[in-house]
Amino acid sequence: MNWWQRLLRRKKMEEQLEKELRFHLEQHANELIAQGYSPDEARRQSRLALGGSEQVKENCRDARGTRWIEDLLQDFRYAIRMLRKQPGFAAVALLTLALGSGATTVMFTVVNGVLLKPLPYTEPERLVAVHGHSDSWNTAVFGQQNVAYLDFLDCQRSSRALEMAGFVYSGGILGEPGVPEYVERREITPELFSVLGVPLLRGRAFLPEEDRPGGAPVIILSYSLWQRRFAGDPRTVGLSVVLDDKNYTVVGITPPRFQLDGEEGDVFTPLGQDTAKYLQNRRAHPVNVVARLRPGVALPQASAELELISRQLTAQYPDSNKGRSFVAIPLRPDVGDVRSTLWLLLGAVGLVLLIACVNVASLLLARAVSRDRELAMRVALGASRGRLVRQCLTESAVLGLSGGALGVLVAEVGFRPFVQLWPGTLPRAEEIQLDGRVLLFALTASLVSGLLFGLAPALRAPVREVEQALRAGGRTLVASSRRLHGGFVISEIALAVVLLVAAGMLGRSLLRLSSLNPGVNTRNVLVTRMALSPAALAHPEGIRAAWQDVLARARRVPGVHSIAAVDTFPMRQGENQLGYWNTPAVPPENQQPLALATSVTPDYLKVMGIPLLKGRFFDDHDRRGSDAVIVIDEVLAQQAFGAEEPVGKRLWIPEMSGPNWSGGNDPLLVVGVVGHVRHWGLARDDQAPVRAQFYYPFAQVPDGALRRWSELMSIAVRTSIAPLMWLTHCGASCAEPLVERPGIKLCMKFALWSSSRVIHWRGSGSSCCSLAFLRPWLCCWRVSAFTACWLT
Amino acid sequence: MPQKSDLPQGTLDLLILKIIALGPVHGYAIAQRLEQVSRGVVQVPQGSLYPALHRLENRGLLAADWEDTESGREAKFYRLTRKGKTQLETEAASWQRLIDAVGLVLKLSEGGAE
Repeated sequence: MNWWQRLLRRKKMEEQLEKELRFHLEQHANELIAQGYSPDEARRQSRLALGGSEQVKENCRDARGTRWIEDLLQDFRYAIRMLRKQPGFAAVALLTLALGSGATTVMFTVVNGVLLKPLPYTEPERLVAVHGHSDSWNTAVFGQQNVAYLDFLDCQRSSRALEMAGFVYSGGILGEPGVPEYVERREITPELFSVLGVPLLRGRAFLPEEDRPGGAPVIILSYSLWQRRFAGDPRTVGLSVVLDDKNYTVVGITPPRFQLDGEEGDVFTPLGQDTAKYLQNRRAHPVNVVARLRPGVALPQASAELELISRQLTAQYPDSNKGRSFVAIPLRPDVGDVRSTLWLLLGAVGLVLLIACVNVASLLLARAVSRDRELAMRVALGASRGRLVRQCLTESAVLGLSGGALGVLVAEVGFRPFVQLWPGTLPRAEEIQLDGRVLLFALTASLVSGLLFGLAPALRAPVREVEQALRAGGRTLVASSRRLHGGFVISEIALAVVLLVAAGMLGRSLLRLSSLNPGVNTRNVLVTRMALSPAALAHPEGIRAAWQDVLARARRVPGVHSIAAVDTFPMRQGENQLGYWNTPAVPPENQQPLALATSVTPDYLKVMGIPLLKGRFFDDHDRRGSDAVIVIDEVLAQQAFGAEEPVGKRLWIPEMSGPNWSGGNDPLLVVGVVGHVRHWGLARDDQAPVRAQFYYPFAQVPDGALRRWSELMSIAVRTSIAPLMWLTHCGASCAEPLVERPGIKLCMKFALWSSSRVIHWRGSGSSCCSLAFLRPWLCCWRVSAFTACWLT
Repeated sequence: MPQKSDLPQGTLDLLILKIIALGPVHGYAIAQRLEQVSRGVVQVPQGSLYPALHRLENRGLLAADWEDTESGREAKFYRLTRKGKTQLETEAASWQRLIDAVGLVLKLSEGGAE
């Protein structure tokens, strides 16, 4: 019989025990009678020989091994009865605990979702990311390098250890059916879904024969795009859609919440069909590579194999692959810098829980004092000290568990507001939910806290001086209890001080941050991302004309104060760090100092509110053919020229000269100095590795680069009315042509901009008004709208 | 009457197992047998017999059935399980080893005194 079977058959076992002992006594008595004792005397003797039958029974029950659980149930019932008898005490204690454990559970839910959960792929621990590596690449500044497409194909062919797949970021305009819209596009290799182990919701993945130039034009839609544009119609697979003026057949739909590198993407097309030149260039490294370790292969083996392949490639293509290697690292979600913040917050709420525990402990202690008499009575009746301690601990565990249950309820309703109030976007926010691990954590935390606050009152259960306790009637607080109480108060104050100091420091840095000058005035500034239609991108003159046209028309929209185009607006991430030098003797690439380059149109200073300190900013005379000019910020002026007058000086910037730019090796003329913009965020800019900035006119971007630049440009608008109201205007006119010329349509995706990331907000203009509650309480907040397309 | 000494720790279980090994038997008979075999030298309080029986039963060393005695009364008869048999053998063996070792030591000290 198992212990639980014994527990369930307790009644029957009791009966049998009774019967067995009775049999023993009667046998003994019969024997004694046979020896000549009188029946009464025989029974007395036999009882004497056996000892107290109740005591024997008690010992037999102990031997059953179910004793502890019977006691536990008894203590449990008793604890609940005690709590119900003192509703005031119960309410205060439970409320305190619910607060403490609720806050802790909320924080753990977030930590669990963001930091602890594995990536939502099959066997994520066998997935690796493959990065390119070269000696001249500065990983600390630029992050991990990707892989050239041809290199990827070679690796994929030669690798026995890894099953590899790749994808490239790109975008496009999704035309028919429906309103044209800018979509995030991922060009992927056909193996991607099988490598990740993600089955498509509908349809199929790409076939190998579709992954080559001229293959059948096929496309896979993301779940959310499918829901948004096709209302989840199952007949979408097989339909034809137009992407960048080209017809594609929908062959598949991704499962809900499918993400690549933390982003959902809208459409997927075969990478092998892309005939773009940069894909055939081993010096360009656009491919993100994910790979799965084949069965039986460990990471070191895979790394060794990649090392070998890269050496072969270096020997084969010394021009492009000299010093290049590939590294495989475990694929982990990219959560940026929130890791330490989240752990810190969890620690802080842990302290709150500790304070709650101390509070409840002193409540319990006060109650225990008034229960001295009851406990002394139990001792007098034969309860052992261990038994009393167990009873007290059970009572506090019941309290702790109920507090924990309330805490889970608090967490259930509390974690969503928490995620929403997080400044910017919490990475992997969609992964945050209550799951088994959270419940286990809450259970453990509440049990541990229950034992924690129950220990002190339990340990003072009386054993000695029972009769004193009985006589005193538990009306006096003994000295030891008073000391314990004092200790509680002290530790509570200590904990509270720690929290207060931490909160004070946070508040101070918040104050300091809000008093910092970001360098730009973001009030009433909207940033919209926009792309020109493929027709307009056909030739460079068309592109220049289209941008001028766009700016001129947008300037006429009511409520616009000023407008400019910019490729990398402040606090947006972009690869725009260029090396510079102040003499013609430019050192090798990895020894050049770096500065952030931004191409802008003349009104940019006016829109962003950046002060002009010296010289002039660009005007319409700065164009192709005239002197190549730049405007530098005060940091670059200090770094490049020190105390000298920078205006009129020249800077040599290799990336902006030579064959891929102007053709010549001309230096750039500094025509003005402007204020520094805290590009890396208010707090982090001071520690950023690259702070110096310079601006160059968009009009001077060479013809060859114009097409690429057009894909990067955003439009920044300063409005003279509240930008959210302006957006509503725009949203209302979304369906209508924004300007009179027929055929031009503007549709928008709204986004909330924070220092590091974007919350995508898709919808109509009216939904934007609901954002008003998220008022920009710190300067680093801004509202931006992602525009889609102009059809000309 | 010779002076009775307490049973050494753990030996009660061994004695009970040994007695039951001779054949299925009920609690009262075990108590009698214990008194007989120990010839009144060791004190076996009857009160501690039943908890020991129940403990051994829970550990799976004993099994019990309700059967009729010769006099026609229903009683709980204990018998040894396979596990109990092994346990008895190992415990008896180790007990024997202990006695031998203690005896050896005692002899040794006598020899040293000579």
